[in-house]
Amino acid sequence: MHLDNLYQEVILDHYKRPEYKGLGHDFQIAVHHVNPSCGDEITLHLRLDNNSLLQLTWDGVGCSISMASASVMAGLLNGKTIDQGQPILDAFLALMQSKGADAGDEEILDDAVAFSGVSKFPARIKCALLAWMAYKDAALQVQGISGARENV
Amino acid sequence: MATPSTQTINRRSMRLDAQELRKDFPIFQRTVRGGQRLIYLDSGATSQKPRVVIEEESNFYSLTNAAVHRGAHQLAEEATDAYEGARQIVADFLGAKLDEIIFTKNATESLNLLAYAFSNSEPSGRFHLKKQDRIVVTEMEHHANLIPWQQLAKRSGATLAWFSIDGQGRLDLSNIEEVITVNTKVVALTHQSNVLGTINPLTAIVKRAHEVGAIVILDACQSAPHLEIDVATLGVDFLAFSGHKSLGPTGVGVLWGRVDLLEQLPPFLYGGSMIETVTMAESTWAPPPRRFEAGVPNMAQAVGLGAALNYLNKIGLSRIHEHEMELTEQLLLGLSENSDVEIFGPNNLEMRGEVVSFGLANIHPHDLGQYLDSRGIAVRTGHHCAWPLNRRLGVNATTRASLYLYNDSLDIDALIEGVRGAQLYFGAR
Repeated sequence: MHLDNLYQEVILDHYKRPEYKGLGHDFQIAVHHVNPSCGDEITLHLRLDNNSLLQLTWDGVGCSISMASASVMAGLLNGKTIDQGQPILDAFLALMQSKGADAGDEEILDDAVAFSGVSKFPARIKCALLAWMAYKDAALQVQGISGARENV
Repeated sequence: MATPSTQTINRRSMRLDAQELRKDFPIFQRTVRGGQRLIYLDSGATSQKPRVVIEEESNFYSLTNAAVHRGAHQLAEEATDAYEGARQIVADFLGAKLDEIIFTKNATESLNLLAYAFSNSEPSGRFHLKKQDRIVVTEMEHHANLIPWQQLAKRSGATLAWFSIDGQGRLDLSNIEEVITVNTKVVALTHQSNVLGTINPLTAIVKRAHEVGAIVILDACQSAPHLEIDVATLGVDFLAFSGHKSLGPTGVGVLWGRVDLLEQLPPFLYGGSMIETVTMAESTWAPPPRRFEAGVPNMAQAVGLGAALNYLNKIGLSRIHEHEMELTEQLLLGLSENSDVEIFGPNNLEMRGEVVSFGLANIHPHDLGQYLDSRGIAVRTGHHCAWPLNRRLGVNATTRASLYLYNDSLDIDALIEGVRGAQLYFGAR
């Protein structure tokens, strides 16, 4: 059943047991994104610690794809610098645009390669991207605050 | 003219044979998701089209295409006859007069046309709104019958007020006199909720609205394709519906208005066809309906809609409604046997239509919809362009099945089984 391409074990696991879900009170940037076509919502709290490492928490309401993607993303980006996060973000965006042609680089994306099947379901790509777009927005804002210009 | 397959009608019981009817709709010849039968339960979003509609639209281009209401040639004459003929079919369909029918792009445009025409009204005019005035809507409106009024309220300074709904998804009219105040100028509401399936009772609302001199505008997108409508009986002042939900083509909608009101209503779109005289400095307007149909209109689509309404008339809306109610009952029963299902909207057949929205414990509608799609079942998931209603229901999204004449009890069985299948699929992993 080709539905299994979409709903991989890893995705359903993250959906049932999401990581970093529950908003942290200590944050520098809060962003709220919605998917206007379906009503899914995500809120992301972002903080850079004293070593400029990302501290991300999130909360949201949505389908398994959008919520699992938020969980996987938070797992991948937490503890990294924004610069270190950039290739991960780029790789995930490329994976979503691949129309199923790209299996994803496990070295960079780790669990997030499970979303490779999503790119074959055009209506679901936005679900998978919801959290990542919120992060992209948050990262730009935090860089704006700290005055850094690269990657903008 | 459109004639449904002769075997469609089971003479003895006069019940619809949906399987036979489906032969009139080319799309049911295709399969989906790896050779499976298409189970189309999304007619509330858009209906499928019978061959006669597709042919009528195509024939307009092949045989009679010319700009209507202009040109001194045979084609222009034939095109005008076809277009005005379609207007007559729509008028008859609603129990209206010919000149009360305005063709628009869709129902959304029909409602926006009204809201903007109100804004264009002279301060002394009947449709002018000012700060002390009130516009009344309901909590169950589709965005298309909410946002134009929100915006009109902003432009005019009028207040927007609304009826709320009760636990069964019906309008709470207990405070009708506080909601429709003496200052109310417009009451805009849906005939049938596109989410809950609720059919709204109009008598009391129309009575109160007219008592205070307000204009009643009815969004009939979900009702006109399924229920016999007679505008005089409904007593409303304006009514909008869309062609594409009524077996017709996309790109054509209808606005009906009482002739005495249309005569006073200023235009919204300006340009060719809608004028009486034009000088460099001034213009005057054509009488309705042409005042509201600027530019070369959507002729082929209007003609296609005429064929669609003929097709519906031939089968009979009361039989269609009866057929849909049988299926709705089967669906409500089947879903209510599943303890993880929550139905949003009336759980009985009283004053409700063929739209059923529901939630499923622990499975998001988008995931359920995706699973159903893998079994060839097309449903709608999301907020159905009624976000405030979803908030009122306390959900971000629902799954909606909406039926039409070509659905049968096997389709309903498939959906009920499909819901259980989704529970196994997502639950067992």
